[in-house]
Amino acid sequence: MIEVENLTKFYGPRPAIKGISFSVNKGEVVGFLGPNGAGKTTTMNILCCIMPATSGSARICGHDVFEESMEIRKKIGYLPETPPLYPDMTVTDYLHFAARLRRVPSNKVKASVDRVIEKCVLKDVRNRIIQRLSKGFQQRVGLAQSMIHDPEILILDEPTIGLDPIQIIEIRKLIQELASSHTIILSSHILPEITQICRRVIILNEGEIAAVDSLEGLTSSLNKTERFILKVRNDQNLIPEKLSALENVISVTAEQDGRFLIECKMNSHVQDQVARLALENSWGIEELKIVSMTLEDIFLRLTLEENEPDKEKNGVNA
Amino acid sequence: MRNAWVIAKRDMGSYFNSSVFYVVTTVFLVIYGFIFSQILTFFSFQSVQAGQFRGMNIGLNLNEMVIEPSFHNMAVTLLLIIPILTMRSFADEKKSKTYTLLLSSPIGLKEIIFGKFLACMTVVTVMILLSSYSIGFLLILGEPEIGPIATSYLGTLLMAGCYVAMGVFASSLTDNQIIAAVLAFGMSLFMWIIGWAAQAASAGLGEVLQFLSLIDHMQRFLKGIVDTSDVIYYLSFILFSLFLTHRVLDSQRWR
Repeated sequence: MIEVENLTKFYGPRPAIKGISFSVNKGEVVGFLGPNGAGKTTTMNILCCIMPATSGSARICGHDVFEESMEIRKKIGYLPETPPLYPDMTVTDYLHFAARLRRVPSNKVKASVDRVIEKCVLKDVRNRIIQRLSKGFQQRVGLAQSMIHDPEILILDEPTIGLDPIQIIEIRKLIQELASSHTIILSSHILPEITQICRRVIILNEGEIAAVDSLEGLTSSLNKTERFILKVRNDQNLIPEKLSALENVISVTAEQDGRFLIECKMNSHVQDQVARLALENSWGIEELKIVSMTLEDIFLRLTLEENEPDKEKNGVNA
Repeated sequence: MRNAWVIAKRDMGSYFNSSVFYVVTTVFLVIYGFIFSQILTFFSFQSVQAGQFRGMNIGLNLNEMVIEPSFHNMAVTLLLIIPILTMRSFADEKKSKTYTLLLSSPIGLKEIIFGKFLACMTVVTVMILLSSYSIGFLLILGEPEIGPIATSYLGTLLMAGCYVAMGVFASSLTDNQIIAAVLAFGMSLFMWIIGWAAQAASAGLGEVLQFLSLIDHMQRFLKGIVDTSDVIYYLSFILFSLFLTHRVLDSQRWR
């Protein structure tokens, strides 16, 4: 449904994205993940025909974003990072305007507005002025705007940024509902969001794609190692040394309060040896648990590996 | 064009729902009213004098002595007022990030620009029409000629169209409303006084400069003459400004 090939965009002399390629199938929910300035918004802006790419091509439903942008604009709903709201309008007026702007036929405008108001739970605020709404409601109005013309594709740029935890859960739930009937591209630098909503992740870093994979794929491909935390009562100087002397242990990092992060080879059952060592030396085990790899780790690993390739091999860091 | 109307309707709504329109119109009407009353007082003073000395009433003409200078002064007042109305058209959209909504919609840049122009133009027309009460007085109390009044309105609207088009252009250059207003005012004033350079310039260049001046084309309208070259001048001025706006906004997308 969406095919991007070698897309490059320069802002003056500075490249924002450098030759990225990916594709999204119909009905998929894909997450763009990356730190600020990785090129997420730029990619989305190009897909939404807001700005042309410097080189490369992007096709949506077989239409080129540059050549046939009007066709694409009818099929895409876009929620930019800052929702594009006119503060002096009421919610209903604004959605009416958005519907007309998206070329919803005039006899269907009212029905469309009612549909998105229902879907985004805006009934109670429909006649209020947007300026006076809370950030959470404003975000929902922005989301309502993006789906007013019932688009096949929704592109959402950091939809939960700046919301409080309850609002985040609400918006997330809404997106999950939408996921069943739409193709969605979602960007975020908040990782749990991506894990909860997206089937597939595209990790961007400094304008390049660091990885494209399903979540499970990413975790397993990077899980060549296993990590666990050991917490002891009697902190001793020799602990890191003794731990790293064990077979299969790759690195030991001392953290605060007698915690040690131990990284070892996959399925090497180092825990047994660590426990034995702790008992023999009466360190006083408080905690010994496996740390599963979060998306944060994957992300950091992918982005840092390129910059600091030697760090992994450094052994004992403490 | 339906799309341009969608844009224009929203913009007009935002003008009429905010205090900007009311404050600007009030200021405009107060200043215009003051100027008009001064001109009228002077005229009646002269009329009284003319009554005392026979033979002096030749040349006392309501059109020439009241209506013409009133429109002249209205043109100056509009020069100061219109940049305040046009400054938000694109600058505000860019600042509040609503511009992305317009850009990602299935609607052409030309339609967006024309819609913005149409909205400002409608607001300015309403403002100018509100000032017509003064002509109403004259129609009740005196016997001015209708023809020159009609052409004066036509000329004033065309000239206001040029201010609006330049204002929209200035607004497309920046996301700062104040800069947009100052630029619009500067450009309008410059296009007004460009004729002054005509005297110093060589004959050929002088003629061109004189022709470019906004105010020069107004004179014939005020006298009751509709010259197609004046109409074409104003219309092409408007179109050229809107064309420049299109170039600016289009090139901004590539940056």
